[in-house]
Amino acid sequence: MSLQINSNAREAGPQASWSPDMPIISLRDVHKSFGAVEVLKGVSFDVRKGEVVCIIGPSGSGKSTLIRCINGLNNIQKGSIKVEGQEVNDPKLDLLALRRKVGIVFQQYNLFPHKTALQNVMMAPVLVLKEPRREVEERARALIAKVRLEGKEDAYPGQLSGGQQQRVAIARSLAMRPDIMLFDEVTAALDPETVKEVLLTIRELAAEGMTCILVTHEMGFAREVADHVYFTDRGVIVEHGPPDQFFTKAKDPRTRQFLSQVL
Amino acid sequence: MKGEAFRIERRRFAEGGFCSRIHWRQGMWLVLAFFGSLAVAYAQSEPQPASPSAIRTLVLWLPFILKGFGLNLLMSFIAMAVATLFGVGLGLLQISRSRLLRMPAWLVTHLFRNSPWLVILFVIMFLMPFEIRLPGGGTIIIPDWVKATFAFSLPVMANISEIVRGAINSIPKGQWDSAESLAFSRGQTLRWIILPQCIRRAIPPWMNWYALLALATPMASILGVREAVGNAQAAMEAAGARPEFLIPFYLFLLCLFFAYIYPIALLTRKLERKYVFAN
Repeated sequence: MSLQINSNAREAGPQASWSPDMPIISLRDVHKSFGAVEVLKGVSFDVRKGEVVCIIGPSGSGKSTLIRCINGLNNIQKGSIKVEGQEVNDPKLDLLALRRKVGIVFQQYNLFPHKTALQNVMMAPVLVLKEPRREVEERARALIAKVRLEGKEDAYPGQLSGGQQQRVAIARSLAMRPDIMLFDEVTAALDPETVKEVLLTIRELAAEGMTCILVTHEMGFAREVADHVYFTDRGVIVEHGPPDQFFTKAKDPRTRQFLSQVL
Repeated sequence: MKGEAFRIERRRFAEGGFCSRIHWRQGMWLVLAFFGSLAVAYAQSEPQPASPSAIRTLVLWLPFILKGFGLNLLMSFIAMAVATLFGVGLGLLQISRSRLLRMPAWLVTHLFRNSPWLVILFVIMFLMPFEIRLPGGGTIIIPDWVKATFAFSLPVMANISEIVRGAINSIPKGQWDSAESLAFSRGQTLRWIILPQCIRRAIPPWMNWYALLALATPMASILGVREAVGNAQAAMEAAGARPEFLIPFYLFLLCLFFAYIYPIALLTRKLERKYVFAN
């Protein structure tokens, strides 16, 4: 009986309480502390399906922590995070189901250095989802082509540039066929000339209708690609709005000061 | 006395400087010293025509000593296999998320890592029964060399446990993050992502400990195990215990162990260098 409920969780669970016209991600009063340090102090926002959301703000304002909470890499102390209607802050959460839905790309790429680019992309679908290897390989090759890395399938991460590694990391996340992609300062560690190719890949993903949450310091890119921009400082959302309005008519003095420093 | 000699060796080697401090030229000096001592011994043993020279005695007893050396090798192989098996297990327990598993593993590791090998050897020798009575009435006698092998495996096991723990901890946290975000469980992450990366890092120190283990096996002679050093001593006794035997016999033993361990040390150094570049 309990097995049945589990196996249907992905299909039946969210559908019962969630439909695509509702927010795909919904945060309510999220609090997160590391020991005595409170990093998030009551964050709430919604993301709709297909929306591209950028989170900007000074370092240490809790941006990275925020998106790590969305796929359960960090747990939260208080509040609620719902992904397709499924509560992330729930001890009985089916982590596998959540992580199939939510992909994340990190600042430091974190590719598996002992595996080739192709193997990096194939590993999770083959080993975790137990999908047939041939099918996965076909998909993985297509994904590597999609991020413009044809011919690099058999290269090890150490043989690739930062920008190339980051695009393999994006392909690796996409191989799980997620509904949502999280990008945690993915261009912060890159050379200026390789930033462009990574941003191009993200822009294409956004254009295809992928729901994306980006933590970024690339203001120009945020302005161009985002549907909505959030500015966080010291664990709270200070101000948010559509990019045109946000970047030109910011009301809060903290936002204005931050923008004057980075623009 | 021999125990002390080995403690000194351990301290020197344990720093990881084992490979970097030796050079093939040092091996040459050793070989030269050996042949030099043969010449001296030969010169000294001239006046007694009735008794054979030290060299001839050594050659005569060579098969006996080499047979003993075979036991040194066997003990080192078995002890290393046991140590690796249990050491890896202990190392994994040390990083367990359960305190109940972690604490005993930590205790065992540090107990055997910080005791003199000779003391462990004595403890095992006197704690292990020399025979096991089977329920059916038969008995299995445990030979001394088996006990000694088990004793040697314990400190090496503890050190391998630390190697494994250290190697796992040296893998960047981001590897765990990305594996977790791709829905790998903790066990799958260890199996497919963390441990394969650890093997490369762990092999040079693992080989280092093998070398130390093989060099420690003559300690078993104190307890009457018939390995190379014990047999050489027995041979000297049997041939009349003449003082001029000492230098050629012991130098021969030095050369024997050197010839076996030194290539291992060279290979370890090569692997270490290779992995430094690979990382």
